[in-house]
Amino acid sequence: MSDGTAVGHAPEAHHTTTGISHNKMLMWAFLASDCMFFGSLIWVYMVYRGRSLEGPYPQEILNIPYTSVSAAVLLLSSLAMVLALHGIQHGNMRRFRVWLGATAALGALFLGGQYFEFTEFYHHGLSLEQNLFGTTFFVLTGFHGTHVGIGIIWLVTLILMSLFGRLSPADAERVEIAGLYWHFVDIVWIVIFTLVYLIPY
Amino acid sequence: MQQGQPVVERAHPGPATYVKVAVILSIVTIIEVATYYLVNYLHGAIVPILLVLSAAKFVLVVGFYMHLKFDAPLLRGMFAWGMTVAIGITLAMLALYKL
Repeated sequence: MSDGTAVGHAPEAHHTTTGISHNKMLMWAFLASDCMFFGSLIWVYMVYRGRSLEGPYPQEILNIPYTSVSAAVLLLSSLAMVLALHGIQHGNMRRFRVWLGATAALGALFLGGQYFEFTEFYHHGLSLEQNLFGTTFFVLTGFHGTHVGIGIIWLVTLILMSLFGRLSPADAERVEIAGLYWHFVDIVWIVIFTLVYLIPY
Repeated sequence: MQQGQPVVERAHPGPATYVKVAVILSIVTIIEVATYYLVNYLHGAIVPILLVLSAAKFVLVVGFYMHLKFDAPLLRGMFAWGMTVAIGITLAMLALYKL
């Protein structure tokens, strides 16, 4: 896909053994390990899928339209994140703050939606210890939500740093690394949304 | 590789590409949700359809938003390694407990 209207950001070579920034490589190594972490939670969920001996069962309480909106919100936050990165890479700090603020706000909206969903499920009798669905569902989506929460704190910290003059376009790589984390949270939700919510029980 | 040797990286795309990707992601998500309501018509095809659509979204986000399509091959290899292990273990465990 080409982009004729915008000037792309050219990656710079770093003075490291590989020519790649150590910080960026460390983040990718972490994300690779986080793949395995979520992979473990996902296979446990899939193995116990449909094996609950008592309700409430997923088909009784999962709200697909509601979760679809949540999924769209998280996808939109990824767009806002990459636009924020583009802003700081091109020296536009105002645009960077606006889009990063939008990213954090959309993340908070997603997290609020997840809190509401968890509360609803609890009122329907689903808890961590109620059945296999409750245990595997809350652990998987709860850890994802924790990742989102950490991401929001990270993004807000970057906004505050930029407001206090501690973050400049020269530090764009810090934002890129936070963005990698944020997008990873998004792709994990893409998988969870399909495997937990959309595939019929 | 010598220290400081430039790696093979290409320029990242711009906002227009990001918005195009977001539109594609939205359309794919709408199709995904639509399949949920067409389960009686799609029968056994629904799972492969959903997995393909989900994989397409995954690749788009990783490739364009995380810039893996444009970054150094070493980073692609690192992430692919983690993904391969995760998918491999998941398939092995499903085969062990489900089949």
